[in-house]
Amino acid sequence: MSGAGLLARLQRGEVVIGDGAWGTLLIAEAGLPPGAPPERVILDAPEIVGAIARRYLEAGAEILTTDTFGGTPLRLAAHGLAEHCEEINRRAVELVREAAATRALVSGSVGPTGTLLAPLGPARPAEVEAAFERQIAALAAAGADLLCVETMIDLAEALLAVQAAKRVAPAVPVVATMTFEPTPRGVFTVMGVTPARAAAALAEAGAEVVGANCGNGIEGMVAVVAELTRHAAVPVAVRPNAGLPQLVDGALVWPENPAFFAAHAPALVAAGARLLGGCCGTTPAHIGALRAVLAA
Amino acid sequence: MDLLTRIANEVRAGEPDAVRALAAEALAAGVAPAEVLRGGLIAGMTVVGDAFRLREIFLPDVLLAARAMQSGLEVLRPQLAAGGVPTAGRVVLGTVRGDLHDIGKNLVGILLGGAGFDVIDLGVDVPPERFVDSAVEHGAAVIGISALLTTTMVGMREVVALVRERGLADRIKVIVGGAPLTEAFAREIGADGYAYDAASAVGRVKQLVGAA
Repeated sequence: MSGAGLLARLQRGEVVIGDGAWGTLLIAEAGLPPGAPPERVILDAPEIVGAIARRYLEAGAEILTTDTFGGTPLRLAAHGLAEHCEEINRRAVELVREAAATRALVSGSVGPTGTLLAPLGPARPAEVEAAFERQIAALAAAGADLLCVETMIDLAEALLAVQAAKRVAPAVPVVATMTFEPTPRGVFTVMGVTPARAAAALAEAGAEVVGANCGNGIEGMVAVVAELTRHAAVPVAVRPNAGLPQLVDGALVWPENPAFFAAHAPALVAAGARLLGGCCGTTPAHIGALRAVLAA
Repeated sequence: MDLLTRIANEVRAGEPDAVRALAAEALAAGVAPAEVLRGGLIAGMTVVGDAFRLREIFLPDVLLAARAMQSGLEVLRPQLAAGGVPTAGRVVLGTVRGDLHDIGKNLVGILLGGAGFDVIDLGVDVPPERFVDSAVEHGAAVIGISALLTTTMVGMREVVALVRERGLADRIKVIVGGAPLTEAFAREIGADGYAYDAASAVGRVKQLVGAA
């Protein structure tokens, strides 16, 4: 399957399953210290990255995400890693590709820069767009099959990322997802973006798939997906997290276990989701359970 | 409409030039600077905080209103300093060690400042010792800690532990917040307070100051 092949399947209405969380797995299983950038692991412990990719592959994921959520030079700079931007993003694709071979697609993760655009914050749009271009060019040159622009709250920043992708890697499909919260007045991002506006604007900018990720558990995502589906002219993706973490015996534990996650997944498909995976707190077991319930 | 109400409305609308001009007009008309602060700027930000809590408005509106309030404060500051205005209390704020995300923390600082608190912002990636040392140095009654990442939130526990270890728990209260946090997590680490979002943080800090 290629990026184009994936799009064709989604457009035919097929359901495709991706992977789950990376950052929280790296903390739980690789001893990544709290606050350390997950991208560091790509340089310091590449074998761990490969091992996680293989576990998601074995669980049935057809898409494996790179560990590059914070891989823009703007965000890497906060950890003194900006000059390693190309190396980190290239290695991240290579490590996942080695694990996936031809059995899964490699999706290059592109997260927010972590700063607010002017006039609300200090970031100039040109600077943010250049940061996205640098990361995406590195991901694409290393052979990413698709790009996933994710966890966006500001539509302007999300659009800069999609536009950057279309400029430096026009042949690579883009999945663009934002983080919404249900409020008494409906579903919005904290910046006030509705699913309707996000779906229309992201697709208009060239995203081939639009959707939602993270949030506060899988149940709340059903309404979000329904809203997105109503307004999207392109396939809808969803990657819920496993709820908000609790502290149990000094360790973070996510409340929504694989069985719970899988039990609620059919409602997401019924609401219109075609590309499914998991965000913070989900594991290969969540993806395995998802696969089992959706194959049934 | 009286001047103070107009100031509050322009804060709400996020119009820094109008707020600056009206604040100067009020001072020239003989309104006490503390009254312009309370009845104009703080009144406006209170409406903003309430509207944000109900998501009638969103983060951009709050940030623009905060900027408008700041422009009014600049007009008042020389005279306020001379008059010595009592504050609602002093709060030390920062993001937990390892967390560089300060949008939420800044918003809490803005809304606390807007509610009349004296806010000492320690910035991002703040070690536990610095939270506690700063609170002692400045005589703050409350330490506010923010985390955006599930990968950093556990570090909040160390601040609570340090406050207790130094025997300060009766006069320094710790409140925590941030997207991945829950009331249960705050309770588990022994924090004195939890806020679901920046707007509700103001009410919780008021309660904690009353309790301290």
